Amino acid sequence: MAGATPLRVLIGKVGLDGHDRGVKLIARALRDAGIEVIYTGLHQTPEQIVASAIQEDVRAIGLSIHSAAHKTLFPRVLELLKAQGAEDIVVFGGGIIPDEDIPILHAQGVRRIFTPGTPMQEIVDFVKGLGQ
Amino acid sequence: MSTNFQKHFRSLSGLEIDRVYTSQHLKGWTPEVDLGDPGEFPYTRGIYPTMYRGRLWTMRQFAGFGSASDTNKRFHYLLEQGQTGLSVAFDMPTLMGLDSDDPRARGEVGRCGVAISCLADMERLFEDIPLDHVTTSMTINGPAAVVFAMYLAVAEKRGIPLGRLDGTIQNDILKEYIAQKEWLFPPEPHIRLIVDTIAYCTAHVPKWHPVSISGYHIREAGSTAIQELAFTLYNGLTYVDAAVQAGLAVDSFAPQLSFFFNVHNDFFEEIAKFRAARRLWAQEMARRYQPTNPKSLQPRCHAQTAGCSLTAQQPLNNVVRTTLQALAAVLGGTQSLHTNSMDETMALPTEEAAKLALRTQQIIACESGVTNTVDPLGGSYYVETLTNQLEEGARTYFQKLDELGGMVQAIQQGFPQREIFNASHQYQLEIERKERVIVGINEYIEPHSPPIPILRIGPEVEHEQIERLRELRRTRSQARVTAALTTVQKAAVSGDNVMPALIEAVKTHATLGEICTALKEVFGTYQEPAVL
Repeated sequence: MAGATPLRVLIGKVGLDGHDRGVKLIARALRDAGIEVIYTGLHQTPEQIVASAIQEDVRAIGLSIHSAAHKTLFPRVLELLKAQGAEDIVVFGGGIIPDEDIPILHAQGVRRIFTPGTPMQEIVDFVKGLGQ
Repeated sequence: MSTNFQKHFRSLSGLEIDRVYTSQHLKGWTPEVDLGDPGEFPYTRGIYPTMYRGRLWTMRQFAGFGSASDTNKRFHYLLEQGQTGLSVAFDMPTLMGLDSDDPRARGEVGRCGVAISCLADMERLFEDIPLDHVTTSMTINGPAAVVFAMYLAVAEKRGIPLGRLDGTIQNDILKEYIAQKEWLFPPEPHIRLIVDTIAYCTAHVPKWHPVSISGYHIREAGSTAIQELAFTLYNGLTYVDAAVQAGLAVDSFAPQLSFFFNVHNDFFEEIAKFRAARRLWAQEMARRYQPTNPKSLQPRCHAQTAGCSLTAQQPLNNVVRTTLQALAAVLGGTQSLHTNSMDETMALPTEEAAKLALRTQQIIACESGVTNTVDPLGGSYYVETLTNQLEEGARTYFQKLDELGGMVQAIQQGFPQREIFNASHQYQLEIERKERVIVGINEYIEPHSPPIPILRIGPEVEHEQIERLRELRRTRSQARVTAALTTVQKAAVSGDNVMPALIEAVKTHATLGEICTALKEVFGTYQEPAVL
């Protein structure tokens, strides 16, 4: 990208779970790193996430899932993006996700999964990399 | 290596810790006033004179996954292993008052707890469990009154008098807005529902604990120990105030209130937190409401080791963390305890992991000798100083909350949420700068730690649950359900206690989702102010 447009990402909670400690820390870290962050707040449906992402013209969607519904919610978001012709929006995420599920999510089109213990800088670097 | 030399000595809550503690730290502190005897005001040393010499704490492992039958099997297993109380974990849809067949429940049914949508589910959950001989704790908040109504209806159906039921519903909505974020309605009607359950228990289910005022989730959301203590006790006082305003005598319900605290890594600070909680609660209850029953002053408490302290890396280390935390809860004088399983950063616990967590408590109880005397750390210069500091810190927050107009107003302004977020941000930065060492995370890292087995919940749980609900809706009398839901709405509008109408409604097989939707039509919904 030419550098004129700031990198913009949507960070959100999808599904019913209310664990927002991690997602808010990531949103703050990204914002502190100069990235424009749209934070959706809690209890978003995949439809709401995708609609906001398209409306806000974001480069990527980062989702936090702690309710073990990741194998339903990530594919649903990807499917809705595809249906809207917005597959260029990168989807990444994190949360309580068992290691064995990560390759499955990658195969479905999730770019990266960050598991507990990941330094915030690693996520900032990943998102910055999307702008290059 | 950074662990060998530490420049700053601070507790997990950021308190500066001195090289050594002496009587100089306790000037103005008098054992007769600040400590008292165990079982005596202000209960710093414990709420009972004999504590664990008389009776051990209740070993209560939180369990719930899949269908009601799956969880029923786990309950029987835990009871066979020597567990002494039940504790139900519900899945996300249930916690949000949604049925398993609601579109918003897709992918979430039975995944992080058990799915309970109707009376038949509740009956299966407690199959072959004598409700008059176990104590049951249910972690349910938004739809607590409805789930409680289901439990009461099961007892009634089995011919067990409600007066013989003993247990707890969490039913603490303020900490939902602050931390756990699972609510259905705006704060005011939620508090009214809580008062309704308190009043109903006072009259009909006297052994039940209608509210478990919870700091656990506040701490998990990233608060300090002082914030956990302050917000939890202030929430408790808010409920007492609401019940007194509604015309209940303080001694009619306060003895049945209980607390639920987290136990995190800082061993002595956590012990001090339990001691400070008792003293602060006793003093504030005495000052504000002048109860005559001493039980109204005693904060009974449950504790759970800190889930947020566990690491996905080198998961066996979690057994050690949990052991230290459990020991702190016991030295702090808890009445019941849940120890987390080592695999809980990845999924719900396997049977083996849950058993090891229970064994951890049994080893502390039977082998360590710490139960032989009451409050063994009482009088320690360090622990007493920490107890004073935690109480003081909490009182400073009390003042701030008073200035903001009380907890509901503070929540609406995002105050406790912001305080907690800032604390969690600070904690995270300290870990990333290695100012705090977490073994396996920022020090002693192993690139590949061997995986441990984890519990899997298959998609069939959701399919079968949806099938059962479809069958239920097909076979029940829709006319009776509709009439019962109308009665619930009438009670909600009129201000009458909703509990009798809820119990009647669940008996018609009206579902959790249907009843909660009927209540939302009366009470409305709530959108939080997002705090970043």
